[in-house]
Amino acid sequence: MVLAIGFYLKRRAESGEGFFLAGRQMTAWVAGLSFLAANLGSLELMGWAAAAYQYGILAAHWYWIGAIPAMLFLGLVMMPFYYISRTHSVPGYLKLRYGEGTRALSAVSFAFMTVLMSGVNMYSMALVLKVVLGWDIHFSIWISSLTVAVYVGLGGLLSAIFNEVLQFVLIWLGAALVPVLGLIEAGGWSGAVAKIAQATGSHSYTHLWSTLGSFGDNPMGINWFGIVFGIGFVVSFGYWTTDFLVVQRVLAAKDLRAAKMAPVIGAAFKMLVPFIVILPGLLALAVLPEHLVGETRALATGQSSYNEVLPLMLARYCGPGLLGLGITALIAGFMSGMAGNVSAFATVWSYDIYRALIRPGAEDRHYVAVGRWSTILGVLISIGTAYLVMQFASIMDYVQALFSFFVAPLFGTVLLGMLWRRATGPGGFWGLLAGTASSIGMWAWVKLQPSALAIIALSPRAQPMAEDMYRGIWSWVICVGVTVAVSLATRPRAEAELAGLVYGLTPIPAETDVPLHRRPIFWAAVVAAVFVVLNLLFW
Amino acid sequence: MISIWFFIGVVLVLDGLIITGAAVYGLVVPPAPPPVLWGLHAGLWWGLLILVMGAIYTVKYAPRRSGRNHRD
Repeated sequence: MVLAIGFYLKRRAESGEGFFLAGRQMTAWVAGLSFLAANLGSLELMGWAAAAYQYGILAAHWYWIGAIPAMLFLGLVMMPFYYISRTHSVPGYLKLRYGEGTRALSAVSFAFMTVLMSGVNMYSMALVLKVVLGWDIHFSIWISSLTVAVYVGLGGLLSAIFNEVLQFVLIWLGAALVPVLGLIEAGGWSGAVAKIAQATGSHSYTHLWSTLGSFGDNPMGINWFGIVFGIGFVVSFGYWTTDFLVVQRVLAAKDLRAAKMAPVIGAAFKMLVPFIVILPGLLALAVLPEHLVGETRALATGQSSYNEVLPLMLARYCGPGLLGLGITALIAGFMSGMAGNVSAFATVWSYDIYRALIRPGAEDRHYVAVGRWSTILGVLISIGTAYLVMQFASIMDYVQALFSFFVAPLFGTVLLGMLWRRATGPGGFWGLLAGTASSIGMWAWVKLQPSALAIIALSPRAQPMAEDMYRGIWSWVICVGVTVAVSLATRPRAEAELAGLVYGLTPIPAETDVPLHRRPIFWAAVVAAVFVVLNLLFW
Repeated sequence: MISIWFFIGVVLVLDGLIITGAAVYGLVVPPAPPPVLWGLHAGLWWGLLILVMGAIYTVKYAPRRSGRNHRD
């Protein structure tokens, strides 16, 4: 079916706008679901179910405070600037706002991060097929990724979006039964809480906030400051508002209102994802007879690892037909995640690296051809990185490290660019470079000298997850500090050049003639209210 | 353009048929060992639900019936 969709949509992806931005024709619902599905890869499904088993309900912070405020901010505040500037990518916006240097730096780091992420996704997928079906891991990697290469290479972003919406539905149908049956077996939520406390010897696994007073009170070794400002602000705002993988889906919306509404719809569904990801990981603590261990120990002892928790739960409840649907969901998750990475890579490579730095001024169809070939190239590089990822013990820690390298400082650069008219081109460039370099430097420092973690995370009891959050915070602070300092020392751009790019200089269409129930701000308020209730409920 | 919801409907019908079929077969020849909570026959109910949803979407968004271009 996914290949058929790719062939069907090929003729609609012959122009640059058609191939790279799906012709800017998507409704808010399609853009919103695709926006979420591109993030809901197999890594997301398996990795966070594993994190829930390992750290408890604290993993849900990555879905609630670590996503919802940022997604609403993207829709209501940032999307108008992306959309009105008619940019085709986030690096494209940086070119308009700061100049070529910042765009090149951002594009190269994004392309690097994207293929690495794609490799992580691919490895997760191959692991599922190996664990559940006994398939050869190398066969799985090649077959599934080449399928993605064909349908994205043929139909571009439109094909990726169509398939992502389809895969989003399959993910839900395949994964939703596990938590339902798990809750029945555990005796409801209260029964599960009691069983988890008994299995872990701690009550901290089922509380979202009450254990975050200090680093030593919770399984994750993090405190409320790291959660609120690390995940809730720097990392999540960086990812959801500047990572082109997700922003690209919203840029394909048919008009500004749809572009603003899409992240709000995505946020509403994002709040529900812990039901199919976090809850199965938690329930596994209550119902699985075996004890899961880390990847390194699993390889050494032959025990099952945290990363296998979701497949194990699927196998526990599902007979042959349902198990097939569950596996389909995981494969769908892999494909949507990988298609997201590959289509974003193709756009940034073709427009922001190839056209900007290698061959400017060619015909539109030449760039479309480059886009198709770079899709295949991106897949091949991803396959290479999948083999690299096999060397890492923990998939999620690796991804968090990547986020804090590139995404956290980029958020500082984009935010200042949109909201502060005094920010200058040199300020943006040096701020982004300093933020990224400092993040990589902090990571290397801890690798070489593990005791440095206590300095970066401001506590001797901090654990690796806290390190990622605090490194993100520091790199954002350094990026913003350097951008402000350099901007104040350099000549500002004329205000006329900043129209359409900066708050206060960009006329944003009013929505006074639109009924309340059709306004993005109304639905954002509804989502925000549910978000608050959920946090209080699981406090 | 054919609506994305039509493609989704077709996939759901196919999945629903397979899951319902496998569940009915499981009633006749139960798997050994049976999965946990096998007695609830979750596969049968879930398969039927998916089948009905898929049928509704397929009919509602079928290109020949809609008579309009769905861009979504």
